[in-house]
Amino acid sequence: MDTVIKTYELTKKFGHITAVNSINLEIYKGETLALLGPNGAGKTTFISMLSTLVKSTSGTATLCNIDINRDPLGVRKKIGIVFQEPSTDDLLTARENLYLHSMLYGLNKNEINKKIDEIMGIVGLYERKDDFVRTFSGGMRRRLEIARGLLHEPQVLFLDEPTLGLDPSSRKNIWQYIKYIKEKNKTTIILTTHYMEEADLLSDRIAIIDYGKIVALDTPNNLKNKLGRDIVILKGDISEEIKKLDFVLNVENIEHGCKITLKDINKNLKELINKAGSFEEIEIRRVSLEDVFFKFTGHKIEEGKENNGIFETIARYKTTGK
Amino acid sequence: MINYTAIYSLILREIKVFLREKERILSILISPLLFLFVIGRGVKAEVAIHNYTYQQFIFPGILAMVILFTSITYGLYIIWDKRLDFLKEVLVAPISRATLFWGKAIGGIFGSMIETIILILIGSIFIIKINLLQALLILISAIFISTMLISIGLAIGGKMKSMEGFGLVMSFLTWPMFFFSGALFEIKDTQHYLKIISMINPFTYCVDIMRKILINYSSFNIYLDIFMIFLWLIINSYIAIRIFGNLQQTK
Ligand SMILES: Nc1ncnc2c1ncn2[C@@H]1O[C@H](COP(=O)(O)OP(=O)(O)OP(=O)(O)O)[C@@H](O)[C@H]1O
Ligand SMILES: [Mg+2]
Repeated sequence: MDTVIKTYELTKKFGHITAVNSINLEIYKGETLALLGPNGAGKTTFISMLSTLVKSTSGTATLCNIDINRDPLGVRKKIGIVFQEPSTDDLLTARENLYLHSMLYGLNKNEINKKIDEIMGIVGLYERKDDFVRTFSGGMRRRLEIARGLLHEPQVLFLDEPTLGLDPSSRKNIWQYIKYIKEKNKTTIILTTHYMEEADLLSDRIAIIDYGKIVALDTPNNLKNKLGRDIVILKGDISEEIKKLDFVLNVENIEHGCKITLKDINKNLKELINKAGSFEEIEIRRVSLEDVFFKFTGHKIEEGKENNGIFETIARYKTTGK
Repeated sequence: MINYTAIYSLILREIKVFLREKERILSILISPLLFLFVIGRGVKAEVAIHNYTYQQFIFPGILAMVILFTSITYGLYIIWDKRLDFLKEVLVAPISRATLFWGKAIGGIFGSMIETIILILIGSIFIIKINLLQALLILISAIFISTMLISIGLAIGGKMKSMEGFGLVMSFLTWPMFFFSGALFEIKDTQHYLKIISMINPFTYCVDIMRKILINYSSFNIYLDIFMIFLWLIINSYIAIRIFGNLQQTK
């Protein structure tokens, strides 16, 4: 497999905070890599360095064999990016935003209008294309931004929480389109998200990043299999005995009970229940990506909320001034 | 290195934004018009210089002042682009930072031109006769003066983190540049120290060339004026491009 991105001890420090800590990572042509990690883990910083918007403190990376520090312009010619934070121009209309983008990226003049119409249709903004962006809702703006990032069909695409704040049906549309682009152009995609479903659906590999380090890297299935296949959640007064059973891989104490990961559930469930003592409630389910996430980061994540929470925003504002 | 399509598109953006933000045009005209009609009229009787009324004498300086304020303000507005994160989109585009700089700089000339035309109209109605050739020469000079001054604004704006610095730049740079330029007085007749400061000040030569065009009077040789404006244009744009080269995402 061809390597598209390779990082060498890539590091970024902001004062005493190490946002990205000596990351060595290889990303292959045509694959979609999802970066998962709690708020402040360093996902955006990592992407910013690869897209030459932030200079690394030490270490470097190559993108299509071009060094990000030596030839940033060369790197920028290969990439497209959808930023986590809004970056469309309020003072222009949606169409003007896309037009400006097309010109900056040197798209063929005769095709620009056709392409803009097409992509506006895909993100469902065709009727609003001549309206000012400042009159758009948050989700519409987001869709416009995705349209813009995809417009010039780059070889490498960075999507920083692309579907943040989108309604379920827009989200599905965007997913479909991302898949389509990937199939059609063999685009290499680096995606960050807090939606596990999205990572599961879109990515070939997942990198979990915590405190600027990659703590796990594998396909979604392998990651889940590492935890075991099934989870049993028992509520009530559970006996300590179960920890000693040889088919039990992991026991985690939760409110009013415990969460047990085990092997061969068909064979072993009965014995587990026998040993568990008096329980009031039982829930059995497959290991999900979310379980993997908790396992490796040990933090709680609530879908969507974490990112828009007012306290998070204030806290982040105070620490980073953004 | 320079991508002309990109420059063209950046210019187009600036012109559209300028035309949509009409309040900016008016707000910039207020101080110069106060100078022209309050101070200009108020002291006219006492100091008539070289057969011109004081108001006529300062008019070229006020014209240049309008270009100064428009240009510096425009340059500093790049901080807004940073704040609105629009700059990120341009920074990540496959264009060199020199291209970005020239797109921004030339894009700002349009604003200065509009303001200059307004001033020429006001001047020719109320203050002094201006013929077509003069108007043309003024506009041509305004192109280069404006680019030279915009470069200063962009260089500072590129370095600044927040809009709070805006007021500081206006008080500690723009106003002093105006006051030490001879816009309101004749440089030859002043104190030695004022003269020296004026000669370092790039804006002095802008005022001087306008005065030469409008009332055929100047403190310096016209070729010196042209030379100095171009010299400063090269220096300022060089510095600004260097600063643009180091622009990073700040959030
Ligand atoms: N410009 C900056 N100045 C100072 N510190 C910064 C800056 N940008 C990021 N940081 C810090 O670097 C760390 C990583 O931030 P980053 O934005 O990369 O996290 P993230 O993984 O993208 O988080 P989120 O999920 O909230 O988007 C954080 O501790 C943040 O405070
Ligand atoms: Mg982020």
